[in-house]
Amino acid sequence: MSHTATLKVWRGVDTAAGRLETYAVPFEPGQSVLDGLRWIRANHDPSLAIRFSCINANACKECMMELDGATVYACTARLEPREMVVRPLSNKTLVRDLVTEIAPPAERFKG
Amino acid sequence: MRADPTHVETDVLVIGSGGAGMYAAIEAARAGAGVFLADRSLIGRGGATVMAQMTVAVALVAETPDHWSHHLADTIRAGRGLTDARLAHLLCEEGPDCIREMDTWGVGWARRDGHISQAMAPGHDRPRCAYVDFLNTGPAVSKTLRTVVNRTGGIRKAGDLMIVDLVRRDGEVSGAVALHLATGAPVTIAAKATIVATGGLTRLYRRNSASANMGGDGYALALRAGAPLVDMEFVQFFPIGHLAPRLIGMDPIMWDPFRYKLGGRLLNAGREEFTARYGTPEDGRYVVTRDLATYAIIKEVEAGRGSPHGGAYLSFEHCSAEALRQAFGPVIDRLAANKIDLTKMPVEVAPIAHYHMGGVATNVRMETEVPGLFVAGEAVGGANGANRLSGNAITEALAFGRRAGRSAAERACGARQAFRAADARAAIDLVTADGSGAELNTAAMIQTLQAAMADDVGPFRTQAKLERAVGVIDRLTAALGERPAGDSGAFDMRRIEWLDLRNMLLVARVVATTALRRTESRGAHQREDFSEMVPEWQVNQTVRMRDRRIALASVPVMVEVAAQ
Repeated sequence: MSHTATLKVWRGVDTAAGRLETYAVPFEPGQSVLDGLRWIRANHDPSLAIRFSCINANACKECMMELDGATVYACTARLEPREMVVRPLSNKTLVRDLVTEIAPPAERFKG
Repeated sequence: MRADPTHVETDVLVIGSGGAGMYAAIEAARAGAGVFLADRSLIGRGGATVMAQMTVAVALVAETPDHWSHHLADTIRAGRGLTDARLAHLLCEEGPDCIREMDTWGVGWARRDGHISQAMAPGHDRPRCAYVDFLNTGPAVSKTLRTVVNRTGGIRKAGDLMIVDLVRRDGEVSGAVALHLATGAPVTIAAKATIVATGGLTRLYRRNSASANMGGDGYALALRAGAPLVDMEFVQFFPIGHLAPRLIGMDPIMWDPFRYKLGGRLLNAGREEFTARYGTPEDGRYVVTRDLATYAIIKEVEAGRGSPHGGAYLSFEHCSAEALRQAFGPVIDRLAANKIDLTKMPVEVAPIAHYHMGGVATNVRMETEVPGLFVAGEAVGGANGANRLSGNAITEALAFGRRAGRSAAERACGARQAFRAADARAAIDLVTADGSGAELNTAAMIQTLQAAMADDVGPFRTQAKLERAVGVIDRLTAALGERPAGDSGAFDMRRIEWLDLRNMLLVARVVATTALRRTESRGAHQREDFSEMVPEWQVNQTVRMRDRRIALASVPVMVEVAAQ
């Protein structure tokens, strides 16, 4: 069994001009996709933008993204020892990398 | 040339939209003030309230004869001589009003025979803890307050807005400077009154039970604005945070409600109950307080009797499948999805950073020493002394939030905006600075700090460990430098984390330094080199910022219960 999860992560600030970057993440059974993304940030690239606050409890509902084309919470989607493709939500306005504008309009800052 | 920052004006600025911030916003708006509710995350989603799965302690007299004075006596006893009785009084006396108001707002407190159910929790003299089944207290409280915020006129909401610094004019807080995360742009906010409701500092620790937002930013904001902090050495560790097997979609403090309902057995590697060895036998009941349970688990691990991942076993194997299903409801299925069958296996638990007793010093109006600056919820210091009782955190969020909202609205009424753009310049420069260019891995730096705090400024401290932690803080502070990492574009996490580290390192230094100075053991602060509680140390430590350095002092405990 492979002990590596290969995460292909969409990067960019412009929907039309993004790229997939590939990261090899050490895999331990039971981990979440969010664990993998946080590992990438701490070990490879702190500029990778992700949105989360509760980390593991699925309480804040902030870590929504697309995993292999399906919308998931990264904190409850299991990391698997295979290639996984992670993209920002395609139906929300992109902010950067995996971060999209997910707040209801009335809760966004308007100057 | 830079464009001027976006500027907004409000009567009352509320920083943080957990339970305390939302209640404060509602109350200030009801008092007629215009409110600007800012959160670095989503409104009502980040912070600690939404994570609370447990109970809310209040003398409701719903099921059992009770009076707030009994709750106050328990709160003061738990605080090991350091509780600010004025604040604890406010918490205990006004808590029931807030809980009843939440009830009218439809939060859905669990009921039995038409009465709000009240569970027994350690440290309380009688059943006093209301809750929402199953594991839903915090989410229900957050959702209810969010709904009320949305239907209350006069509250503007601003998510993705990280407050970088408070702004002062003539020694008073006149507003704040913020970074709008979604665009990277600076924002200035003029406010007649500002409420810090940013929660605690558990993010300073590797394993913690709150959200990644709780990095002590409110303490740092208040300190830099001239307000003193109090009791900063007292970090509460929750003894039975989930350790193994790996669970997803569950908060690590999830086991507590089931201990209330079913007891559960805390066991060492030899599958023996062990808390009696440290003075409190359990006998299948949940009676051991948090500081004692934390001590007992860590000592068992040190003695080589820990569970495989370095904690203790928590077992419900003696409970029937039916009893488990009744107590856990749908959570049984979520556990099954994580391959956990409680009738056949124990889980492993270990102490986890959970709550901060210390915080910003305040009077009963929730006003700090700095005019215009108010504080609410966990960000407040003193109400829980050296150790917080189970159930007091949501109660204080609501009671202190409501009081802070009212006081801030009173100040704002008739006051003029004192904000001047020139006073905001230094903070705006931080937000808009060209990157330092240094290849800092801010995410790794946070992990380094968390490891140092967990290993050396945890529940058990020594001079050598604390000094080692201060050394790490010194090195990280030097590496961080004066110029922010990253750039001023949209959601640059290097910039966000640089600003977080600026706060976290200041607050970590405050915790380690106050812990070094307190040469005794009391409540959540246990010194292995000073293992006794010393009467001379029945004082609160305060921390102030003077010439960019922190200055410590001791002050007498507020033991008088003042008229409210």
